[in-house]
Amino acid sequence: MVVPRFWRERRYRYSLIGTRCPVCGTVYFPPRSVCPKCGRKSMGKMEEVQLSGKGKVYSYTIVHQNVLGFKYQKPYVMAIIETPEGPKITGQIVDVDPEEVHIGMPVHAVFRRIAEDGNSGIIQYGYKFVPDENP
Amino acid sequence: MRDVAIIGAGETKYGEHWDKSLRDLAVEAGLKALEDAGICAEDIQAIFGGNMSAGSFVGQDHVGALIADFAGLAEHKIPAMRIESACASGAAALHTGYMAVASGMYDIVLVGGVEKMTDLPGDMVTDILAGAADREWEVFLGATFPSLAAMMARRYMYEYGMTREQMALFPVIAHKHGAMNPDAHFQREITVDDVLNAPMVADPLTLMNCSPVSDGAAAVVLAPAEIAKKYTDSPIKILASTYANEYISLHSRKSLTESLSTIEAGRKAYKMAKKEPKDIDLAEIHDAFSIIAIEGLEGLGFAKKGEAAKLAEEGQLYYDGNLPYNPSGGLKAKGHPVGATGVGQVVEIVKQLRNEAGKRQVENARVGMAHNVGGTMTSSIVHILEVM
Ligand SMILES: [Zn+2]
Repeated sequence: MVVPRFWRERRYRYSLIGTRCPVCGTVYFPPRSVCPKCGRKSMGKMEEVQLSGKGKVYSYTIVHQNVLGFKYQKPYVMAIIETPEGPKITGQIVDVDPEEVHIGMPVHAVFRRIAEDGNSGIIQYGYKFVPDENP
Repeated sequence: MRDVAIIGAGETKYGEHWDKSLRDLAVEAGLKALEDAGICAEDIQAIFGGNMSAGSFVGQDHVGALIADFAGLAEHKIPAMRIESACASGAAALHTGYMAVASGMYDIVLVGGVEKMTDLPGDMVTDILAGAADREWEVFLGATFPSLAAMMARRYMYEYGMTREQMALFPVIAHKHGAMNPDAHFQREITVDDVLNAPMVADPLTLMNCSPVSDGAAAVVLAPAEIAKKYTDSPIKILASTYANEYISLHSRKSLTESLSTIEAGRKAYKMAKKEPKDIDLAEIHDAFSIIAIEGLEGLGFAKKGEAAKLAEEGQLYYDGNLPYNPSGGLKAKGHPVGATGVGQVVEIVKQLRNEAGKRQVENARVGMAHNVGGTMTSSIVHILEVM
């Protein structure tokens, strides 16, 4: 991945900023410029919204494959997190024994290095999730 | 719209073809289909080729032109284009070819599918296949294709109580059929224990819940149904060709345990063909991962939600059962050269409907269905075929 492609999304990725449709109120992450429910009525009107970073595990898996950029992390836990604001988010769960992870487990987002050096040697950052002691 | 028929079909063996290139495979399958239809390359008016990612797998784009050229058609200047819908590229090419003939624009059309995947190491293949998901919001964060399927499976097991043992029945059935298909990548039977004890890829999916990385190509020749008998005594009519999409990412969907695209493509296909699930004599169901076949069978109305594993447990899915499922061996055992798969499924149905499927022949097969999926069931394409 080259620099601009990564840089473009960094604000949303670093800060968990999504969008809300002012017509129906649905919150989306990642951000969308059109609401799939309201279509044209939402065009040009989507508002940015800050997510709390809190959530619960909706589903998860433990990855044992060799994955480019993630080789030194394996095995690692990938999950889909259900947030109180509405959207679900895909991300890793870290600082946890993989055997402890379960559906419904409370987690919160943290800012971390995502992948080891990619093809272009850039270190990429974004969100991961950790167990939430005070849900 | 005119009725459309398949007048010829052919495919390569699926597997690791270290001695054959992308163009070798595509031309081999194409020429077999032409030979089967009893026509010459010059009779073709257009080519639609399914291919997911030759640009990444072998550094070759412009695949339509390349294949037409090496099939000997450069002097004929016919249109030839590549159609891409990830792992559903093959069926997407057939859907396009179907429209081209049904519309009256072309009469004789070659639809192909090809993928050459084994030139690269496994981690690179994994990364390329992940391009069928959302690169920025799933893959960037560490998701692979098997891990996304694993999260579907985990949620399904949580909601419906399915066990890993039940899920293991699907690859066992696929391999039983693959063992009877001389063109299959894997021609050996396996047991439930083989599935459970295979190396873990993405928990709860072991290597044996996942389709292999294969090379291969498949092709069919289409013609207007009204003139199909001029070419062959056993044309196969395409009763339905339907395509539906939904959210590309799992996280954008309300549910991980039902495929809205499969439900929609299936509903439209039954309506278009004027058939119901009970009319289908055999089905080639997309089983890139066992969970996708399970949600496929349910979405297409062959089982109630949460109950597909029952069909497997009751033995109904074997080639001699009530609902012969993946008699070819499916993606799991026949193999999954991604761009070829959707066309290869239809080649199998043509063989079955013509009573040419050898040991795995389904008795009295008159109506067959092919279900090809792109991504995590993001795209679903359904074809229903019938003996004419
Ligand atoms: Zn809206």
